[in-house]
Amino acid sequence: MNERELVVVGGGPAGMAAALGAAAAGVKDILLLERDQHLGGILNQCIHPGFGLHRFKAELTGPEYADRFVRETLQNPAIEVSLRSFAVKLTNTLKLSYLRPGALEEVKAKAVILATGCRERTREMIPISGSRPAGIYPAGLAQKMINMEGWIPGREAVIVGSGDIGLIMARRMALEGMKVKAVIEIQPKSRGLARNVAQCLDDYGIPLYLSHKIVRIEGSNRVERVIAAAVDGDFCEKPGTRFEIACDTVLISVGLIPENELLEMSGAEIDRKTNAPVANEVNRTSVPGVFACGNACRVYDLVDWVTRDSEKAGAMAAQHIREGK
Amino acid sequence: MTSKLICIECPQGCGMEVWLEGGKVVSVSGNTCPRGDKYARSEMENPVRTFTSSVLAEGLDIKMLPVRTSGPIPKDKLFAAMAEVKKIVVSKPVQAGDAVAENFMGLGVNLTACRPAKPA
Repeated sequence: MNERELVVVGGGPAGMAAALGAAAAGVKDILLLERDQHLGGILNQCIHPGFGLHRFKAELTGPEYADRFVRETLQNPAIEVSLRSFAVKLTNTLKLSYLRPGALEEVKAKAVILATGCRERTREMIPISGSRPAGIYPAGLAQKMINMEGWIPGREAVIVGSGDIGLIMARRMALEGMKVKAVIEIQPKSRGLARNVAQCLDDYGIPLYLSHKIVRIEGSNRVERVIAAAVDGDFCEKPGTRFEIACDTVLISVGLIPENELLEMSGAEIDRKTNAPVANEVNRTSVPGVFACGNACRVYDLVDWVTRDSEKAGAMAAQHIREGK
Repeated sequence: MTSKLICIECPQGCGMEVWLEGGKVVSVSGNTCPRGDKYARSEMENPVRTFTSSVLAEGLDIKMLPVRTSGPIPKDKLFAAMAEVKKIVVSKPVQAGDAVAENFMGLGVNLTACRPAKPA
């Protein structure tokens, strides 16, 4: 079995910062695993500006922010990057298995940093009744389709939830020539940043319905309409407030949930509600030598803070390797 | 007269109030940094946005290349800019920051690549 000082799982902003942070703290033998064919993670599909104001005092797009770290990572002699590499197993003795094209590899590490990010919450995690037609997408998936694949998901869209990804996608779809008919938010205020309500909805005349929910999605093969209604303080439908919005596409933007299956396999304690590791300090887990950083540790609003905290995760792993704690 | 707006310069999103006389900004309040003042004046007199999109890539290791304008452009040119980028196909390798179109739409800014693209 291969032995490594440190294995970092995930080559997005958290994983790259963690690897660079560990290298800066003196770790010389780092393996960085990324399942995609490029480093950069979710930043590659976030083509809008707004990243790096704190870190670089400049307003960068997601790919530009990523590129600054990709260059550093690839140039760092302490870091070996393995692309198209998918970690499938982690034990509490820090043995990690991963698949890469043509091989199943096993590696024993002195420390492991999980920078596996989040998945999107799906339609199934919020109660919306109705049929199951085509045309319903998690907002981040639609973002990848439009920005990275060049596919337009439909013509007339309704967005469920006012998280930042939903707001950013409202603007993107409007620019791409789609009609964005409504953003529906069950809370009495937007969950996204005020600047995104201003520059993504108000700029394009897209209505935001606060204290509203989608009660049904209807359509035989493709989405044909959604039924919306106002809700009271307990999020229950107010009688007599239902209305219909014709559309062929529904985006679900109702938050993110950390992707921590590997951490769970290692026997670490996980909060069932948030899917985040249970620990008394950011980046730590209940298994010695296993760290979690970035969105796998907790859901961040800003990538600048992911970078800052993940660099610390790298330093913490370096200390563990040095001192065994 | 006064006008209310949300600053879009940073994630803080300050709520600001702008005093206008004859279409000109007299004063700005509610901002917590100089960027807010600058944004409010620009937004009232000549609103601009940084434009970003993706253009089709051919023969490269990505399907779509993300691009941005090197500086902000007038807000009312955003849809024209979308129509313009649909005509562009990138087939040569680029680095982040390379110009994909110079003096984009005659607006005095370049359209630049946001990431590298290598041969497929």
